Amino acid sequence: MNPLAWSLGWFRSVAAKFFRRSETADDMAEELRSHIQCRADDLERSGLSRPEAERRARIEFGGYEKFREQTHEALGGNRIESFLHELRFSARVLRKSPGFAFAAVATLTLAIGANAVVFGLLDGLILRPLNVPHAEDLYGTEYGADAGFQSYPNYLDLRDRSHSFQDLAAFKMVFTGMDTGGDPQSANGFAATGNYFSVLQLQPYLGRFFDVSDERGPNSAPYIVLAHAYWHTRFHGDPRAIGRVVQLDRHPFTIIGVAPPGFHGTLMFISPDYFMPIVNQAQVDGGDLLHDRSTIQAIFETFGHLRPGVSPEQASADVNAIGAWLARTYPKECGQKHFVIGRTGLTSFNTPAKEFVGGLMLLAGLILLAACANLGSLFAARAADRSREVALRLALGSSRRRIVRGLLTEAALIALAGGIVGLAASVFLLRRIAVWQPFPGAPLHLPVTPGPAVILVALFLALVSALLFGMVPVRQVLRANPWEIVKAGSSRRAGRRVTLRDVLLVLQIAICAVLVTSSLVAIRGLVRSLHAPIGIEPRNTMVVIANLAESGYTIDQVPAMQKRLIAALKSIPGVEHVGVVNNYPPLVYTAAFRANIFKEDSTDLRPGSAVANPFRYDISPEYFAAAGTAFLSGRDLAWHDDKGAPAVAIVNRQFAVTMFGSVPSALGRYYKLQDGTRVQIVGVVEDGKYLSLTDYDAPAMFLSNLQSTAPQISLIVRSQRDPQQLTAAIRSKLRGIDSGLLIQPDTWNNFLSVVLFPAHVATMALGVLGMMGAMLSITGIFGMAAYSVSKRLRELGIRIALGAQRREVLEAALGRALKLLALGSVAGLILGVLASRVLSYIVYQASPRDPVVLAGVVLAMALLGLVATWIPAQRALSLDPLVLLREE
Amino acid sequence: MADQAQILPGTLDLLILKAVSLGPLHGYGILLRIGQISGSALLIEQGALYPALFRLVRQGLLKPSWGTSDNNRRAKFYELTAAGRKRFREETEGWNRLAAAMSSALAAQPEEV
Repeated sequence: MNPLAWSLGWFRSVAAKFFRRSETADDMAEELRSHIQCRADDLERSGLSRPEAERRARIEFGGYEKFREQTHEALGGNRIESFLHELRFSARVLRKSPGFAFAAVATLTLAIGANAVVFGLLDGLILRPLNVPHAEDLYGTEYGADAGFQSYPNYLDLRDRSHSFQDLAAFKMVFTGMDTGGDPQSANGFAATGNYFSVLQLQPYLGRFFDVSDERGPNSAPYIVLAHAYWHTRFHGDPRAIGRVVQLDRHPFTIIGVAPPGFHGTLMFISPDYFMPIVNQAQVDGGDLLHDRSTIQAIFETFGHLRPGVSPEQASADVNAIGAWLARTYPKECGQKHFVIGRTGLTSFNTPAKEFVGGLMLLAGLILLAACANLGSLFAARAADRSREVALRLALGSSRRRIVRGLLTEAALIALAGGIVGLAASVFLLRRIAVWQPFPGAPLHLPVTPGPAVILVALFLALVSALLFGMVPVRQVLRANPWEIVKAGSSRRAGRRVTLRDVLLVLQIAICAVLVTSSLVAIRGLVRSLHAPIGIEPRNTMVVIANLAESGYTIDQVPAMQKRLIAALKSIPGVEHVGVVNNYPPLVYTAAFRANIFKEDSTDLRPGSAVANPFRYDISPEYFAAAGTAFLSGRDLAWHDDKGAPAVAIVNRQFAVTMFGSVPSALGRYYKLQDGTRVQIVGVVEDGKYLSLTDYDAPAMFLSNLQSTAPQISLIVRSQRDPQQLTAAIRSKLRGIDSGLLIQPDTWNNFLSVVLFPAHVATMALGVLGMMGAMLSITGIFGMAAYSVSKRLRELGIRIALGAQRREVLEAALGRALKLLALGSVAGLILGVLASRVLSYIVYQASPRDPVVLAGVVLAMALLGLVATWIPAQRALSLDPLVLLREE
Repeated sequence: MADQAQILPGTLDLLILKAVSLGPLHGYGILLRIGQISGSALLIEQGALYPALFRLVRQGLLKPSWGTSDNNRRAKFYELTAAGRKRFREETEGWNRLAAAMSSALAAQPEEV
């Protein structure tokens, strides 16, 4: 039974009891009234006046309320009634101490909110399978370190030779321009094998899907299936879109169907706009990738349902046997790589996503722990305050059970309030995250919908943590000796022994110090990675990504077109340098290619015997000037280094050092590419970052893009001009050359923000958690300080009356709180430093052994202490001993 | 009032059943009837009647229904159900056995032991 239906049913039965009770209550009241009237009639007949008769009748009747209660009990259904009564009473008690109620609810809200958001991420991104039928036995293959990447011929062998999968489908991402007859726009799709939808066991929402029978050789299936969301935004949900012909990169494709609404493709973070048959891949990629066994760019991921009874381990052994066969049979193209079977959807994001969410969970858990400590000390302080009340109630004959039940009801109320508010906040946040589009144009899709699991976890955490600490005062009630407490009064000093409250406060402050430490470490890491040398100068640089294939150019036309584009951009006033790099420049869209290289005299060109695996860029002359990369030695590429000329390369310092020992000795030397080409090194440039900012000492080589062309190029434009004006000038210049050219201009710094995205998110998350920790410790210290001041008002008043100085008063009032704060901070700082290993998973360059961080934490905790004790200190100082002593 | 006896715990139900067995009655009527048949010797606190009445209704021994009293007041009348009649017979027998046993026990003389 699902929890919603269950809770609805529960509410209905409670409500039914409630209403039935009120019916019988009316019934009963009328009956009792009638009884009194009858008696009054008799009395009146015996000679009394009517008012006197009624008064007597009521007196004779006895305790009306008592009998009414007893009658209710006789009726049964009393448990709910007395529970509601208990609830009303507890709510009244809590209303009387709004400070306590607010602090407790706020604490829980923070903790539950943070944990629900993190659990929502875990649930949406990692725990929940893809939204397709029978997703539980859907597995994808990872191939060596290249994640899911694969060649198409390898995929075919995998599909045909595997015995453990029912069928294997595969897809790759394609980035295209789609022209529906008006303005061409970029649209991202999945080029999928014919069996893609049948493997996923999906039915079309409209029209039909393409299938295996459509695959009849290269470019034989010019059909696309639209994703439901894209059909809505681009085609306004018009059913007549089926059958329409659209242009993908200037090739006609017919829309044959729409995918079901809940299906966002087979990747967790990216939702495609459409699906097309992979046999037509050459039309949109500008080149055929399907017949080359050595490329790993043809397939993004291969996946399928396991046959019934086949375990993932058996499937793994099976595909690895095929992998070994591939390496034996095609030694030139396929290295010996290990296959890993994993859940479809996360593939290459699996490890980083798990590490990130795991790290967040750890920190959110710490928040919960700190909140629990905070709740514990709140409840303990309250218990101490109420000991007199509890003692009085015990002395007056109330049962211990009843008092404990009241305390637990209060705790449950607080849990419920905190849980619900925290949950509401987290639902709001998760909804925002789900529709978050941090990068225009990138089809990011985070499927985090706050489901019932999130709600259950949040309420469960709230109840457990509140009930756990609601128990703190219970111990006291059960032990209490009413006579002692009533006699001693509440102003009894607790003595100097260490109380549970002290321990909890130190624990809480320690945890908060850990959180503050980690958020400072994260921020420092981010600042550092922003200032680390990256081998380019992104300021005053514009990157113009031009997809020539999407715009309808063939590979052979690219070099000439590239020259025209460079010339056009150079003619813009204020432009200093223009260079070109194939595909994307370093640090854009975390897209970079590595290539195997071999010694000059090597004849064994199998991937396994490569000497290095540097990043490979294909660039035009003047690229380094435009990118702001410094030359260490040698010359730049020149326009005469084209197809007919000998192959030349510029390498970075790390490449030169690894291969030849030093920069000067590398100049003029040769090495070999995978395809056997001998390349001469003509120049050496400084090191840089290529794929991501976490690259350390990565080798890189830069070949002439006149010798190897690509369908997509990025133009690097260096200019001091204002980026917006420059963008406009670039657009108008390029439109002059070809009005249908698809370009995407932006500053290099903006593109860098994509690379910095994980670090930004991590810093943001840690920052928020650190803030929460700080807020929790403020409430904790404040509570403790305010409590100790109010407990000792009389003592402080006497001290002031006897002429104590301000410093002495403060010391007496707050000394203990500040000592505990210092103790907790030191403990937290040490723990935070020790926890740095965990942080380094999440944050780049995380090092808490950094004087700035250490000083920052100490300063932050001192500030927190100051803020939190300010109001209690003011209260202690502004005491008027006369008023105080008179009152007590 | 001194000559009125407090009723024994558990006997109120039996008295109510007895009163109602003589004809349908409302709450106040039951009190009057008990007073009448016991010769005003048994004291029942007026309010204490109702918890017992509701208990008997819940056990299915009495059936309540709204009607009009002699002096034209709306009142709730109670009558015995079949189960109520059966219970009344059993309890009466039980009480008689107990009373007989009690009185013979209390009447015992030293020479009889």
